[in-house]
Amino acid sequence: MLPNGEHSVKVVSLVSIGRHPQSGRSRRAEQDGRAVELGLKLAGDNLTVVHAGDSQEPVLRQYAGMGLNALTVLSQEADGDALPLMYDFLSQSDANVLLMGIRAESGESSGMLPYLLAEKLGWPLLSRVADIVHINQREAEVLLALPRGQRRSVTVSLPFVATIDNAAIEARQTAFGPGLRAKINLIENQKITDDTATAWQISPAKPRPKRMKVVKAKNAADRFKAATAKPAGGGGKIMKNETPAEKAQAIFDLLLEEKVIR
Amino acid sequence: MSELSSNLIRRDPRAEWIARNRLHPLHDSIMAASGAEVRGPSGLIRKNPHIVGFIGPNGIKRIDRANTTSGIGNKKRSSVIQEVVLPLHQVVNPEGYIFVVPDMVGGRLTTHDKDVLGLAHKLIKEQSDTQNMAVVAVCFGESKETQFELAGVDRLIHLSGSQFDGFTPEARLTALQQINNQYQPKHWLFPDSINGGTDLASRLAARLGERAAAQAWQVSAIQTVCRGASGSVDIVRETPKILMLLEECGDAIDETRHEVLPLSVDDMGLLEKIDTRLIDKGLMAVDPNEVPLAEAEFILSAGNGIHNWDQFHECAKELGATEGASRVAVDDGFMPRARQVGASGTWVTARVYLAVGISGAIQHMQGIGQCEKIVAINTDAGCDMIKRADLAIVEDSEEVLAELIRLVKQHNLFKEQEEKDDAA
Ligand SMILES: Cc1cc2nc3c(=O)[nH]c(=O)nc-3n(C[C@H](O)[C@H](O)[C@H](O)COP(=O)(O)OP(=O)(O)OC[C@H]3O[C@@H](n4cnc5c(N)ncnc54)[C@H](O)[C@@H]3O)c2cc1C
Repeated sequence: MLPNGEHSVKVVSLVSIGRHPQSGRSRRAEQDGRAVELGLKLAGDNLTVVHAGDSQEPVLRQYAGMGLNALTVLSQEADGDALPLMYDFLSQSDANVLLMGIRAESGESSGMLPYLLAEKLGWPLLSRVADIVHINQREAEVLLALPRGQRRSVTVSLPFVATIDNAAIEARQTAFGPGLRAKINLIENQKITDDTATAWQISPAKPRPKRMKVVKAKNAADRFKAATAKPAGGGGKIMKNETPAEKAQAIFDLLLEEKVIR
Repeated sequence: MSELSSNLIRRDPRAEWIARNRLHPLHDSIMAASGAEVRGPSGLIRKNPHIVGFIGPNGIKRIDRANTTSGIGNKKRSSVIQEVVLPLHQVVNPEGYIFVVPDMVGGRLTTHDKDVLGLAHKLIKEQSDTQNMAVVAVCFGESKETQFELAGVDRLIHLSGSQFDGFTPEARLTALQQINNQYQPKHWLFPDSINGGTDLASRLAARLGERAAAQAWQVSAIQTVCRGASGSVDIVRETPKILMLLEECGDAIDETRHEVLPLSVDDMGLLEKIDTRLIDKGLMAVDPNEVPLAEAEFILSAGNGIHNWDQFHECAKELGATEGASRVAVDDGFMPRARQVGASGTWVTARVYLAVGISGAIQHMQGIGQCEKIVAINTDAGCDMIKRADLAIVEDSEEVLAELIRLVKQHNLFKEQEEKDDAA
């Protein structure tokens, strides 16, 4: 599958506890699952999967059930700050590719963790990765997921951090039994609380008000027009008497200018 | 000059004189044409019900009760809408700045960008008694935006060097860091979007060591409410320096004009020192028909006016456009149902929508409401699609498509040649 990668790179995937969008139950997080999947593709058995939190959390077994022999847990309280733990762990390991989701599905979900880790480690970061096409000891060829289904190819020198987009290959199904049998390597830490966050008030999300279309017309006729008129494009250019070639040229120029054809 | 004169009311003294003189031989015809009052032999005002109103563009009689076009002799009272000049909002010697980094998708401000700019002004207004502040937009790369002044940009930093083209987060971050050092802005506002806003904001926050607020949707000078835990909770916190804002976080500016004065950045020499560990290899060719129709950037859409379907498919392939269709084209079996654009099909968001042989029924227009540029090819100059289009071509679709295919082929050949020369 990998021409000369031969599973020689050391990949670490970070996983968190997800949240089912409808039921709110904890689950394997969508993007983190993909990060594990991509890690398995790149490193096979050499993949290290790390979670900072409670080692008793049943959801970890869902990750383990993707075919992992072991899982590393950096033990921490629910209100703890994962960043220093992760940083200590990574700076001591010889990892050179770090994969994780874009935003956690629980907690603050600010999506800052990968950036803070990359900044502290001094590694380059790629966000919204759709695939890692090719990797060797020095560099990797990465496909980024752009809006509108576009892809950008980027090469990056190792080591690097990548956040995994929903466009990446879907996480495989988890197997319950093997998940239970996987070993959990617990690394104990002293408690580091996130002091800023404890001052925040957290409440269930209020529905956001819909924006209304406010018509700022001065008189009744204008208001009537605003309510009934068809939306008209502000006077486009009309070409009637030119030759078909000229007309096609005009379209072509517009497409070039808008950069939809390159 | 001509614009000015067309707005003046022109009196025709002769017509007015004839109108006053009932015995003038032309009196009847003038009165009939002007639709003014006619007096019967007994002196009573006679109304001719048949000459009320006018014939509208679709052949139906329209009666204009607002009387905007009446008057003797001055049928030329034009209804040119006076362009309102909005009051200019000036900031002289600002003491502080709020920086906004818009996404500028396709080189233009998005609605999301405009909301963020609007919010920046709201934040300034809240503390205007203590500080005189200006909103600065920082734009990277090529800009096609002509309406910065209407969107609320007081100052503009436009960084357009080649080092900012394409995928260059490291160069952009260094520039923002430099700007931050120079101006010490009160806030940095970014749209929280997949178009690069979130990425750049997170990089800046990590570099400056600020705790940014992501997915913020209710922001005042003191307090920010943002979404957390995949949108299921609201977090109320102090307003930080760096904010990533959701759509509709503020109201876009619409009542003032702004100055858009350029602002300089010193010492861009710093930029030469960045070691780029990310090397952009350019966009990949993706099969346009694999892209979901709702997300496609460029759609070539076919309607009942397409008679040569092989040519249409060839054109889409050459242009690299995603194919769309009107309902008639789908119902007639020429296109799959999944390609239908409109009320009962897909609502598309394409940046460029090329409608070939589509009349522009309202059910179809609903589906393309969010498209930026619309190009129409149609034989009927009066149809709604032509009226809505930014570029309208009145011509047989087959001929134009043939020419278009020829042009694109030529363009591609030229590009290949160039690439070969570059490689050689
Ligand atoms: C409940 C409901 C839902 C609907 N939902 C949808 C929907 O989701 N999407 C949708 O598209 N429609 C929808 N419709 C149908 C819609 O009302 C129109 O009937 C349909 O959009 C018309 O399609 P058209 O423009 O391709 O065809 P026409 O109206 O027949 O227009 C064909 C156009 O092609 C031009 N033409 C003809 N020959 C040529 C030529 N050689 N070169 C160039 N131009 C030529 C003609 O001038 C004409 O303007 C819906 C209707 C209903 C009642």
